[in-house]
Amino acid sequence: MKTIIEMKKVSKVYDLGDVAVNALRGINIEIKRGEFVAVMGASGSGKSTLMNIIGCLDQPTTGDYYLDGVNINDLSSNELADIRNQKIGFVFQVFNLLPRTSALENVELPLLYDRSGLAKDPRKGATWALNRVGLGDRISHEPHQLSGGQRQRVAIARALVNQPEIILADEPTGNIDTRASIDLLSVFQKLNDQGNTIVLVTHEKDIAEYAKRIINLRDGYIVNKKIVKKRRSALNDLENWQDEEEKIQVDYEK
Amino acid sequence: MKWKNIFLIAFRSILKNRMRSLLTSLGIVIGVCSVIVMVAIGEGSQAKVKEQINSLGTNLLIIFPGISHAGGVSRGAGSLNRLSLDDAEKIAEEAKYIDAVSPMVMTGAQVIGGGNNWMTSINGVSIDYPKIRDWELASGEFFTEQDIRSRRKVAVLGKTIADNLFPGQDPIGERIRIRNTPFKVIGVLSEKGQNARGMDEDDLVLAPSTTVLYRLKGRRWVNMIFARAASADQMDAAKKEAENLLRESHRIEPKEEDDFGVRDQTEIIQMATETSRTLTLLLGAVAAVSLIVGGIGIMNIMLVSVTERTREIGIRLSVGARNTDVLVQFLTEAVALSLTGGLIGIMLANCVAFLLNRFTELNPVINPGIVLLSFAFAAVVGIFFGFYPARKASNLNPIDALRYE
Ligand SMILES: Nc1ncnc2c1ncn2[C@@H]1O[C@H](COP(=O)(O)OP(=O)(O)OP(=O)(O)O)[C@@H](O)[C@H]1O
Ligand SMILES: [Mg+2]
Repeated sequence: MKTIIEMKKVSKVYDLGDVAVNALRGINIEIKRGEFVAVMGASGSGKSTLMNIIGCLDQPTTGDYYLDGVNINDLSSNELADIRNQKIGFVFQVFNLLPRTSALENVELPLLYDRSGLAKDPRKGATWALNRVGLGDRISHEPHQLSGGQRQRVAIARALVNQPEIILADEPTGNIDTRASIDLLSVFQKLNDQGNTIVLVTHEKDIAEYAKRIINLRDGYIVNKKIVKKRRSALNDLENWQDEEEKIQVDYEK
Repeated sequence: MKWKNIFLIAFRSILKNRMRSLLTSLGIVIGVCSVIVMVAIGEGSQAKVKEQINSLGTNLLIIFPGISHAGGVSRGAGSLNRLSLDDAEKIAEEAKYIDAVSPMVMTGAQVIGGGNNWMTSINGVSIDYPKIRDWELASGEFFTEQDIRSRRKVAVLGKTIADNLFPGQDPIGERIRIRNTPFKVIGVLSEKGQNARGMDEDDLVLAPSTTVLYRLKGRRWVNMIFARAASADQMDAAKKEAENLLRESHRIEPKEEDDFGVRDQTEIIQMATETSRTLTLLLGAVAAVSLIVGGIGIMNIMLVSVTERTREIGIRLSVGARNTDVLVQFLTEAVALSLTGGLIGIMLANCVAFLLNRFTELNPVINPGIVLLSFAFAAVVGIFFGFYPARKASNLNPIDALRYE
């Protein structure tokens, strides 16, 4: 498989005047098309910083980042905008939905900024994406009318709507319960099965085991990269979960 | 395709943030409206004075006693009362460029007649007065040269007086008493209606100048003299002539200054509108302040919403909006709000002007130049402050815009 994300000695320094925070220190990463990578690490280890750079939302202080073989440092801000629009779907840790705006209009957004001419009718596209994450019956709800998990799924629908090759999710399960997390991971696994490259941040070992590979960060360094040996299937887990729930229900009734 | 989307986004954003949109436009509505109305009130009162003076008659010269500097028309005039009936007569007889002359002797008095009484003003004038004022008789006749010479106690009533003293009757031939002096009514003036200031022009009694001067006032001096130039292009000559004749009759040495003043209508209008011009200026200044306050209001709202808007821009940039997309969106929003605000302001100003005209003594005159100017100013203010947060935020990294607090 072809390499789609490649980082060479990438570092990120936040200069706060009197102190400089080294959020990333010489990161080398290679991610191939169709991979499902989980990024793990303690709080403050640089996970979000890394994701933002991968997602072209931020630029490295030093080092090179090649996306599909193109060095990001050579691109103009318009070209970066188009990459964010076409190639990358980003799911933020804090959702970042537009307030007072329906799920449908939130999800439409990337299609409205599409310049490729390939995008389908925004309404249709957004409805499709919302159905995809199981929110087909919530399209006119505004963020404040949705639960945390539902908001997260709207954010995922927005990331999917332009059918990007790469999906980046920064702790998408941080704010939702286990059941909803597994639900979400089943969506990611399905997308991955269809050929999307997925990078997901988490600090829960359980969640990381749904990925194919894990990268561990500490203090801006990569401490290790490993293949997941016993990969979990979200769909299976969901079924088991249902069985167990039924069992509890039965026990309770007895 | 692309532009359509950006406009769609902009209009969605306006509708979604109704309060913010409303407050933004409101600043402009109030600013535009108050400037237009204030200036209209000022200009209205100026126009009124002008109209009033023009309604005195055409090609009119007014001769005031004393040295009538600007503003001295009404007040300073009384102090040096040095115009007599002879002066008026001399002009009437000798001037070539003046075809009608009338002294004006003014007094106020209670008029009793037909069992009623009425407080009004009594004007002593010459037979030329109706010609100068372009005023016709409704019935009866005007007094004659003979009446003036003999100081006859005859009176011509204004319509209001006739109606109030002799309701439903013909007053011609009736007797009235003015300050215990009996007068015979010989005519009734045609109706002039209200003048521009809302005063009833028909609320007066005309009588021979001599009668009023000697029998009612017991003085020698007249209040002023009205003279009419034979034609519009003879105004200057007529003025000069009147000045020379009066200097002659007042025996003023060549080096001495006039002890009277001859003013044509333009000068009178200038003097009279001076105060209302100051008023216009003052009102305009107040209004300009309110426009600026409106502008600051808009700025305030924009700055308050800047955090939210910067995050919004961060979201848009992160899903692939280019900074020009964001700028065009914000510009569209600002233009749309300012223009609607401006238009509503103009409409509101027209309504207010209409109501003022209808229910108050004010007659505002809306000045199209001011409409344009205030509209342009409001638009610039609205657009600038609508655009300002966008311009800053769209140049940020998406991640910095999202993190903005
Ligand atoms: N904008 C910023 N300015 C200054 N320092 C920053 C900024 N963003 C991140 N940092 C610092 O960089 C380091 C890495 O932050 P980062 O957000 O990548 O951590 P993280 O691994 O995502 O943590 P968490 O699990 O809590 O989300 C932290 O020490 C943080 O304080
Ligand atoms: Mg983080």
